[in-house]
Amino acid sequence: MSAMPFGRVEPQALFRYVLRLGDLNLVLGQRLGEWVGHAPALEEDLGLANVALDLIGQARLLLTYAGEVEGLGRDEDDIAFLREHGQYLNPVLVEQPNGDFGQTIVRQVLIDAFQLEMYERMHASTDERLAAIAAKAAKEVRYHLRYSSGWLVRLGDGTLESHARVQSALDALWPYTVELFAEDELDRAMADGGVAPRLADVHAAWLTRLDAILAEATLERPSDRAHSWHGKRGQHSEHLGYILAEMQHLQRAYPEARW
Amino acid sequence: MNTARDDIHAAAPDPAAHAATERRMWLAWAALAAVEDPEIPAVSIVDLGLIRGVNSRPDGTLEVGLSPTYVGCPATEVIRRSVEAALHEAGVGCFVVTTVLAPPWTSDWISTEGRRKLELYGIVPPEHSAASLREVLRSSKPVACPRCHSTATECVSEFGSTPCKALHRCRACLEPFEYFKCI
Repeated sequence: MSAMPFGRVEPQALFRYVLRLGDLNLVLGQRLGEWVGHAPALEEDLGLANVALDLIGQARLLLTYAGEVEGLGRDEDDIAFLREHGQYLNPVLVEQPNGDFGQTIVRQVLIDAFQLEMYERMHASTDERLAAIAAKAAKEVRYHLRYSSGWLVRLGDGTLESHARVQSALDALWPYTVELFAEDELDRAMADGGVAPRLADVHAAWLTRLDAILAEATLERPSDRAHSWHGKRGQHSEHLGYILAEMQHLQRAYPEARW
Repeated sequence: MNTARDDIHAAAPDPAAHAATERRMWLAWAALAAVEDPEIPAVSIVDLGLIRGVNSRPDGTLEVGLSPTYVGCPATEVIRRSVEAALHEAGVGCFVVTTVLAPPWTSDWISTEGRRKLELYGIVPPEHSAASLREVLRSSKPVACPRCHSTATECVSEFGSTPCKALHRCRACLEPFEYFKCI
């Protein structure tokens, strides 16, 4: 048996998996960046921009690694800017529009808690590079959740208006969370190889953490519904195309432009 | 800080070469200690705990390990270039600067001297150790104002002008101030 260069998983599978992680960060970072200059207050402008910056920083580490695993000489910029719609493997939740500030905060709490539970477990990955990135990212994500959950409690347990807005945002975004935990063959292969945690474990821990936050925010957790989103496999909502059009404009108009 | 003594002995069996390597490492540390953080010029990157080690490889190349504070921090690139320029200037010979992600940088690695300089500069140094997740998520220990030392202060924003700082305000002297985030 020939030894595989990346432990117990196929390089092609690992490449796709690392893209899933990296694209989640890239797309959400781009989305949050839309708030710059538009947030309700200067402090929130800074807050959302800082979270976006951390996410882009993590995306750079992940996409650089994906390029190395792929072995075709693509760097982080090639991967970030020169792929087509169907080649992005982020869950559909992160490409959803920002909506109002409350909706952005709801989406952020859902994702921050997901990333926290993922990264806290990925410390133990058999893939040393992912373990190192996860350990670093977990520290940043903890702080993101501190910010987002703090706001969710204030808005949920705030006025009638703010409560109604975040509850309706939660109801609207909840169906997209199902995809995060819907384990497919790639997730299974990574868990079997010790590269990534079992999504069932992540899901249970996520629900516990989320329920505590929602209780404090006096919000009701919606019930799960059958989902039909497969962003992790490259099938996206109509929103991703607009994000890419903006994000890729410069590279498309001026190929190989560098700072 | 570890200086991989085994490597030195393996590479430099004779005392003269050994002394030369020691001297180069000493020069490197002295040069690094003079590199300032571009956003917080009062504090050197050694005081911030960003230098993870200076080692001599068997071929004589000095390897300097550098950790980022936050992975998206734009200052990281500037710091890297400053480190390379400083090492070059100091004449330490052949060197390479590597990025060290694991173990991840923590605000606990800021030296006592670094904490003192931060405070003098008007930035409150971080609480010790972000060990417990509960603490990180819901810490509400009062932060003392660096000017009047009152603990009647409030957090205005979890994020400030750089990724490593939060914004606070003193309710006693009414001055705003920055707090170095604890991660």
